[in-house]
Formats: sequence, structure tokens, C-alpha cells
Amino acid sequence: MPAAAPNFWVVFWAKLPYFLSVLLGAAGTTIKVMLGALAVALTLGLIVALLKLARLVPLRWIANVYIEVMRGTPALTQLFIIYFGLSDLGIDIPPVPAAIIGLGMNGAAYVAEIYRAGILAIHEGQVEAALSLGMTPINAMRFIILPQAIRLMLPPLCNYAVSLLKDTSLASVVAAPEIMFFARQLVTETLLSMDIYLVVAVLYLCMSIPMSRLVAYLERARRAWQ
Amino acid sequence: MIEFLDVYRQHFGEWVPELLVACIGTLQLMALSFMLAAIIGLAIALMRVSRSRLLQAIAVVYVEVMRGMPALVILFLIYFGLGGLGIEWLKFTSYQAAVLGLGLQGGAVLGEVFRSGIEALHSGQMEAALSLGMAPATAMRWIILPQAGRIVLPPVANYAIGLLKDTAICAIIAAPELMLRAKDIASSSFRPMHLFVLAAILYFIMSYPLSIMARRLEARLARDR
Amino acid sequence: MDPLLRIVDLHKRFGETEVLCGIDLEVPRTQKVAIIGPSGSGKTTLLRCVNYLEKPTSGHVYIDGTLIGEKHKNGAYVHLSDRELAKERAEIGFVFQRFNLFPHLTALANVAIAPRRVLGLGLQEAEARAREMLTKVGLGHKFDAFPERLSGGQQQRVAIARVLAMQPKLMLFDEATSALDPELIGEVLRVIRQLAEEGRTMIMVTHEIQFATEVADRVIFMDGGRIVEEGPPDAVIRNPSQARTRAFLTRLSER
Repeated sequence: MPAAAPNFWVVFWAKLPYFLSVLLGAAGTTIKVMLGALAVALTLGLIVALLKLARLVPLRWIANVYIEVMRGTPALTQLFIIYFGLSDLGIDIPPVPAAIIGLGMNGAAYVAEIYRAGILAIHEGQVEAALSLGMTPINAMRFIILPQAIRLMLPPLCNYAVSLLKDTSLASVVAAPEIMFFARQLVTETLLSMDIYLVVAVLYLCMSIPMSRLVAYLERARRAWQ
Repeated sequence: MIEFLDVYRQHFGEWVPELLVACIGTLQLMALSFMLAAIIGLAIALMRVSRSRLLQAIAVVYVEVMRGMPALVILFLIYFGLGGLGIEWLKFTSYQAAVLGLGLQGGAVLGEVFRSGIEALHSGQMEAALSLGMAPATAMRWIILPQAGRIVLPPVANYAIGLLKDTAICAIIAAPELMLRAKDIASSSFRPMHLFVLAAILYFIMSYPLSIMARRLEARLARDR
Repeated sequence: MDPLLRIVDLHKRFGETEVLCGIDLEVPRTQKVAIIGPSGSGKTTLLRCVNYLEKPTSGHVYIDGTLIGEKHKNGAYVHLSDRELAKERAEIGFVFQRFNLFPHLTALANVAIAPRRVLGLGLQEAEARAREMLTKVGLGHKFDAFPERLSGGQQQRVAIARVLAMQPKLMLFDEATSALDPELIGEVLRVIRQLAEEGRTMIMVTHEIQFATEVADRVIFMDGGRIVEEGPPDAVIRNPSQARTRAFLTRLSER
């Protein structure tokens, strides 16, 4: 290791408070984008899932095309289209909403599949039993299917949330003021790229690892319940 | 709408060949990263199921760290971080950084996939092999891994599709692939919408066959059980 | 002449529970031993300790006079790793309750793989031996069948052939017929009987009391991790001297 090594850590610890003050502020936007996109994905995903389970073929077709396209193209490309592409056509969307819409629409395709799998996993016999007891289909949904389905869907949905947290880093390319965006600015300012990206890495780990632990806990709880 | 499509008619001849060449870059990047990820993944999985507490711990930490960060951060750490330290042999090109970054993270993903494949096998298989006098390594080689390989094919195919899409992120560190080319042409021609939609179509064409294959593998596995 | 198997003061604890509470056992060559007893008595654990699939908490196992499963290190006994155990295990045959055939290999390949990969036989030689063993257990027409296409009884016979191909000194049967449908038990018992008549040394954990009476030279009744009673079948089964043995046999006959 060259003589730069001891200097590296000295500089690192000296600058750390400054880096953290900038980046922790940006973390707020990161979480905002993540929650916003999550909300979009959960709602839009439900609509797509219901379309896919619909009886009319054209409705199912729309859902299928949506899912195929969203899952067959990179999220980054979708973000570019929404931010740069629409702006080219005269529709200007600011960075944070663009990121939320882009990541949300992308996520809706994955979430729709999670919903579908959860609902289909509930044995048909349960629906039949509920109906023969005299429940209306809606009541059967409310009291029998959804409670069980939600328990099944929670772990994959939480996994999706964790990956969504990481995907917010893509929002930096559309100038959303989240962690990566500020990190790159700090690097141009200080040229201390390794220091800063190390801090960034640790920041993301501090956010994502607790979430992953939560998911693992939910998985275990679910299996115990079964 | 008509004017929109008209632009394509005008520029098709100049844009498409360039983008297709960039697609080759994308596919190459994906293939190299995949191989690196597969090798690392196998090593990680074997470490995870090994008897050594130390190896297990290393594998667990590796997976947690690599999966806990966005791919973008890993790419930046390698390209800008390591590159900025002033050490010659750490100055990777954007392409090398891309392969390394995606490969390292992929190794964590595939490591978990391979591990669950190995663990999904009934422990009776290992016991039968050991009782016949096979050393654990022999048992792994001839009994466990061949069976695990079949089980993990669908998730591996799904990983490959995700990898293809993740190559787009490498445009941000200026690695030569499709998204970067699209961005460049978009800036020089002032037609971002057209080019990004074209890029999206090309990604879709590349990923669709993989999707079909993945689905077929899943169906075949479900049927065989 | 050393007994083929000698077990000295074997103890096995799983967490808080002591499953084997001091087993001493000697099995001379060519003897056929049947171990019977209620579930939880430790019979399967005892068998699994012989080929060290379970590592005893204390006590020793000797095969042909040689200590197996452990080595001397710094004045104490240390358990061998699976890699070091491989050599010793190759000489002991273990037949599992759930067969544990390798599903990705045909019957022939299942039987040939250990001779090839453990004993180092060439492909031709290994397959020839495999064919011989499969024919011996009555499956000469099923060389190329995959396990999923075979009945339970056929699968267990392939498992036995797989063990025979290694020419073991000692054969261990862990409730070999318990997982089989009643009508398939007979074909497996037939094979085991044939092996017994060939003079092999065998230890069988079994619920088939009638079969044990016919084939075994010696019956051991285990309960609560201890050997309660042992002796020739006539003694232990027809005329048990211990109350617990009597209780067990009565319960069984009521089924």
C-alpha cells in the first residue's frame, strides 16, 4: 500500500461529519421516493392484478401486455422516458414525481404478480366452502380469502420494498435530490470518491439490512403460523 | 402521432445499426457478468453449506453486503472509488468495472439461489452417499450438485433476465452498452423520446426469449415433481 | 478372533435428551442380529452410530478390532470428519428406511456409482458388478429404470443391491420395510433372508417380529436407550424374561 493509505483514514474520519450532514439530509428524499413509489406500485399493482384475473379477455390482455413490457425493459430506460422523453414532448415532470411514477409503474408489474399468486394460492375448496355456507362472494373475499392471502403476500411485498429502496439510487440520474445525487456532487466538490461512496454504501446497508431482517422474521412467523 | 412516427422513418437507417452494435456490447457485458456471478455464486453456496464456521460467516457477510447495496453504488465504488485512490492497477475501465460490479453482486444473488437448491435436496441423499463411503466432496460432485442444478434453473433464468436489464445501469459509469449509446444519440439529435423508446424496444426483444425460456423451465420443473 | 463389531459404553445425547444410555455390544462374524423395541428407544440412533452418521457423545465403536470414527489427538479422542470417515464407511453397508436412491440416476447407475467413484473401478467393471447385484435382488430387467418408475419394494431392493456392490463386511438395515406398502414387504424380506443364508453379518432394526424370529440368530430388545434383554429369538420373543419386553410384544401383537 502506498503512503496514501494512512492519510486516507485520517482524511476520512475528519470529513465524515460533513459527509453525513449532507447525505443524511438526502436520505429523507430517498425514503420519500421509496414510499411514494411503493404507494403507486401497490395501488396500480392491485388494478393490474384484478385486470389479469378478469373474465373479459381484452382486460386480461391489457394486464399481460403491461406486465410484459414493464418487466422486459430496464427501470432506468423507463425513468429516462418519463423524465427526458416526456419533457421532449412538452410534458415536464419534476425529478421526484418522475422518479416516483417511473419506479412505481415498474413496480406495479411485480406487485401485480405477487397479488395474483397470493390470491390463487388460497385453495379453491375454501371459496366453495365459504359459498356453500351462504356467504356472498364479497364476504368470502373479505373474511376468508383476503386475510389468508395478505399473510402470504407480506414477505414478497416486503422483499419488493427492500429492492425498491435500492432502486431509488437510479433516481439520481433524473436529478432527484436523493443520496446518490448528493454523493456525486460531494465527489465533484471534494474529489474524495472512495471516502464518500464508502459512506454511501454503509448508509444503504444501514437502511436495507434491518428491512431484510424484518422480512426474514415475517417469513418465520408465517411458517410458524402455518 | 404521425409526426412522431415520421421521425423514425427519417432516422431509422442511421440510428438502428448503431444501437444494434451497442446491443452486442450489452449482451457481452451480460454474458461476462453472468459467468463471474455463477462462479462466485457457486463458491458462496459451497461456503454456506460447508462445515467451517469461518467460511459460512464470510459467505453470509458477503451476501448481506452485496445485496444490501444498490448495484449503482457497487459500480461507483469500483469505478470511481477504487479508481480515485491513485493506485494504477485499481484504475478499471468502465467496462471492467461494469463486469466486476454486476458479477460481484450477482454472485451474492446466485449464491443464495444455489444454496437453496442444495438445501432443498433431502438430507437422505447426502447420508446415502456418505454411507456408501463417498467423501463429502465426491457426494457433492456426483449426487447433490447434479440434482440441485436442475432445481435452480428457473431462478437462474430469472436472474439472467434481471441482469440484462441491470446492464443499463452501467451507462451511468459510461460503460459501452445500449443505454449509453441511446443517450448519446439522443443528446446529439435532440430526440430523447424516440431513442429511449427505441432502446426500450430493443431491451424487450433481447429479454423476451429469456422470459419465455424461464417460464418453460418453471413449468417443466413443476410438472416433474 | 475379534468380533466384527464391538460397541463399548456408547452414549448419545441430543440436546437435553439422552437417547443412548450406555450400550455395550459385541457381534461376531456371520451373526444376524435383530433389534426390536418401541419408537424412541434409540434403536435407529444406535445403528446410525455404527457407521457414524450420528457421532456418539461418548463411547467407542470397533470394526474388526479397529477403532472407527475417531482418532487420537493430544491424548484425547477426536471425531473424524466425513472425509476421513469415507474409507471406513465404504466397508459398512447401510440400508435406509426411505431407500434414499439417487433420483437422477438409473437403477444401474445407482448401484455402479459407488464402486466407480469410491473404489475406483472402471466403468465396465463397475457396471458389470452392478448388473450382477441387481440380478441377484431380482431386478435384472430394470437396469435402465429411474427410481420414480419403480415401486417401493423395487426401490428398496435397488438400495440393497447398491450396498452389496460395495462388498461390505457388515450390513445394517434401518427398518428396511417400514416405509413399504404391506404387499411389497415380502419381496424385500425375501432378499434379506437370502443374504442372511449367505453367511453375512447383519444388524436389522425391524418391526417384523415374525421375520426376526426366522432369520436372526440373536434378538436384542431396547427400551429407553438401554439393552433390556437379549438372546436367541426363542428366548426373547417366545419367552421373554423381562416385563417390559413382554409388554412391548403384547402391544405389537394387538395391532
